[in-house]
Amino acid sequence: MTLMITGTEVTFWICAVFAIAGAVGLVTLKKPVYSALCLALVMVSLAVIYASLGAPFLFAVQIIVYTGAVLMLFLFVIMLVGVNAQETLTETIRGHRIAVVLAGVGVLALLVLAVIQGANDTPVSAGPAEDNVTGLANLIFSRYVIAFEATAALLITAAVAAMVLAHPERIRAKILQPDRAAARLADYAKTGHHPGPRPSSGVFARHNSIATPALLPDGTVAPASVSEVLADRVAIASADDLLAAHDEVLAAIDGGGNPAVRALESGGAEPPHESPEKEEKGDD
Amino acid sequence: MTSTYAILAVILFTIGLTGFLVRKNALVIFMCVELMLNAANLLFVAFSSHYGILDGQMAAFFVMVVAAAEVVIGLSIIVMIYRSRQSTSVDAETILKG
Repeated sequence: MTLMITGTEVTFWICAVFAIAGAVGLVTLKKPVYSALCLALVMVSLAVIYASLGAPFLFAVQIIVYTGAVLMLFLFVIMLVGVNAQETLTETIRGHRIAVVLAGVGVLALLVLAVIQGANDTPVSAGPAEDNVTGLANLIFSRYVIAFEATAALLITAAVAAMVLAHPERIRAKILQPDRAAARLADYAKTGHHPGPRPSSGVFARHNSIATPALLPDGTVAPASVSEVLADRVAIASADDLLAAHDEVLAAIDGGGNPAVRALESGGAEPPHESPEKEEKGDD
Repeated sequence: MTSTYAILAVILFTIGLTGFLVRKNALVIFMCVELMLNAANLLFVAFSSHYGILDGQMAAFFVMVVAAAEVVIGLSIIVMIYRSRQSTSVDAETILKG
């Protein structure tokens, strides 16, 4: 190595630190999500190194394909299979970790020695004459055109295979509308459970939210008209509240001296036009 | 300088190999395989730049394409196994044991 420091070297050392830190994090962190993010760090560092080595096409492909597609697929699957799935720390095989670390050190020493022995740092040529992307395009569509077409077939095959593999098998037959209707009627014959839809919530002159129960003809609340979830979480208006509002409205109208209402109160004939009372009573 | 790139690639490869052997979550094992592929790619690009020919970059490109296809298949297999066994640990897959 020369004493002069080039931009390529500075880039290399910065990215090398990030890449190795990311790789160590990938292996040591317990949660798969953290491992995936560390792998993203490694991949982006390598992409920058590619750019500094005069390979802008691979820089872009590394970011788009690896960091963008492959890693996001990893994260997607991690979200699918449970983010918090922690590994068991017990060793299934005794002495497994120590053996692995020894093997790792051995492989590292072997490869580093091989690299040092075969080191030849003088660049063989000054670099390709043509532009990187142009040169790669010429190569892809001449010498490597068969391999390129084969990768297209490979990607199609992989996409189809993923669809086939990830498609869940239907374990039991699909329940269709006639089956549901028959089951409802059988339930009605057996338990007397009403087969039709449940009553809608109450619509009154002053209240029409889904938390308002409908009133039955005898003035009590129809329990099925409000969802159980709402009944558990929200204070449902009682029949007394609703009737009190009704009486209040009636009293106000009586104060105004509406003869139709007075006739109704005294048990007379139906008033000729709609009154607030009619609106309330006509609900159930 | 090329040997420095080679050393970095070797270090990344070894870390990936160690992780592949140590970890038990199938997803993390898969990520370690990706790390090893990336290390090999780095070596390809470094030597492509060293010799001034683009065939190395071509090889790295094909490695990326094959890795993408491999990830698609591998992850769908992991999802399939998870669906039937509710686990991604490679220790849990003992159904083929005689």
